[in-house]
Amino acid sequence: MVKLTFLGPDGRTYPVEIEAGRSARDAALFNDVPGIDGDCGGVCACATCHIHVDPAWIDRVGRLADGSMEAELLQFAEGATSDSRLACQIELEPDLDGLVLHVPAQQY
Amino acid sequence: METVVLEHLASEADTAETVAAIPLAEIDVARPSLFQKDTVGLFFARLRREDPVHYCSESRFGPYWSVTKFNDIMAVDTNHKVFSSEAKLGGIAVDDMHRDQSNLELEMFIAMDPPKHDAQRKAVTPAIAPSNLLLLEPVIRERAAAILDALPVDEEIDWVQRVSVELTTMTLATLFDFPWEERAKLSRWSDVTTAIPGAGIVGSYEQRRKELIECAMYFKGRWEQRIDRPEGNDLITMMANSPATRDMPFFEFLGNLLLLIVGGNDTTRNSISGGVLALNRYPDQYRKLREDPSLIGSMVPEIIRWQTPLSHMRRTAIEDVELGGKLIRKGEKVIMWYLSGNRDETVIDRAEDFVIDRPNPRHHLSFGFGIHRCMGNRLAELQLRIVWEEIQKRFSFVEVVGEPERLLSNLVRGITRLPVKLHAR
Repeated sequence: MVKLTFLGPDGRTYPVEIEAGRSARDAALFNDVPGIDGDCGGVCACATCHIHVDPAWIDRVGRLADGSMEAELLQFAEGATSDSRLACQIELEPDLDGLVLHVPAQQY
Repeated sequence: METVVLEHLASEADTAETVAAIPLAEIDVARPSLFQKDTVGLFFARLRREDPVHYCSESRFGPYWSVTKFNDIMAVDTNHKVFSSEAKLGGIAVDDMHRDQSNLELEMFIAMDPPKHDAQRKAVTPAIAPSNLLLLEPVIRERAAAILDALPVDEEIDWVQRVSVELTTMTLATLFDFPWEERAKLSRWSDVTTAIPGAGIVGSYEQRRKELIECAMYFKGRWEQRIDRPEGNDLITMMANSPATRDMPFFEFLGNLLLLIVGGNDTTRNSISGGVLALNRYPDQYRKLREDPSLIGSMVPEIIRWQTPLSHMRRTAIEDVELGGKLIRKGEKVIMWYLSGNRDETVIDRAEDFVIDRPNPRHHLSFGFGIHRCMGNRLAELQLRIVWEEIQKRFSFVEVVGEPERLLSNLVRGITRLPVKLHAR
């Protein structure tokens, strides 16, 4: 299992656990973390699982790859920054145990 | 235009038996009459079962591929590098854009590929960003309440004209900061943009061209008043002041304008009508809604799935590609039938039925997926949510008292008339 924490826009924290190999999107949806919609089912097609990776984790998670589908979708998301990712594209391997992700105010 | 009328008169009502008897190769699901009669679902069901990626070699729109299953549609929609939206290749509908001299060569970002698409879309996105919608919500609610309060109870009215058209035009007028007393112009221009000449709205391509140029000139005037005055949350102010859109050539200006008008008008209008129809066809769901108004949240995306306001979107293959075991050649026309994908039982449980408390109600194709996904999807949901919250406060039953009439179109899945009787709470 991998442990991670979602921080809501209102300051609430959501510590969750999920089996390794699943995505951060699944971790949010399976544990009812509010603010992550994931409309497309987790296949990088809608940008409704937008999160900001905590600065302490961004290097290990990795930034958006230029020209990727993920980057193309996120350019239209409200409030996207250089630490933005789509949660469906973050695969939770054991080296990400303890990961901290920030949920934006709105999905779009 | 005559072919449209003749075809409509000649075809008898289809049944599962008559559809099953048609040789597969002759199935042409793009015939607009099938949508007006609302029998196209029988054809889609057969294609999903027997030939999910189907080639039609002859039609009034030329040869085209039909993609009918949810996951195949998703694969096309998210692969914009192979499946192009470019207007010059034909654009986004089975009926080619830029087809002949009498047609307007409109340029709009929905019918562009990256990078031009991306720059223009980004310029208008902030107008309907969630933070801006929060500012609009009280205005939309107040105007919706006024429209509903003016309706008579216990007598037959046309829900489409009295409510659906009024509500969506009102929202558009709000988004465009359009003069309130002239708002009927907006819905007229929306209708004209998607009209097939001869099918009731405009008589000819020439008339269509003339009216749309009028629309452009009207907005040009309002645009000029706003240029270099960047304050204001409305779409015209945003487009007039964004570097990506402020110097657009005329037909690009007109195209993007019409895109925003049609995108926010026909689609939501028909979802507002479709919701009433769905609740009447599934009275057990209506009962559930009355008992638990909090279900409006999941009912709204279910209405959008069930109605599927745009029956299809089209792409053009720019290289040879395999899909569902078929070889699609470079240059061929590929139709993603959202209406069929939204009825795909292998992905959506009880896909034919209207169920207002589905666990994943937003997992539907009505907004498309990928970089062209509907940018107004949250606004559409917001409008529908407000409408249903306000309806439930006032009426115990919006009773459908006659058969709906439907639009002759394979693109806009439209309800043109829906007689109802309102019952007060």
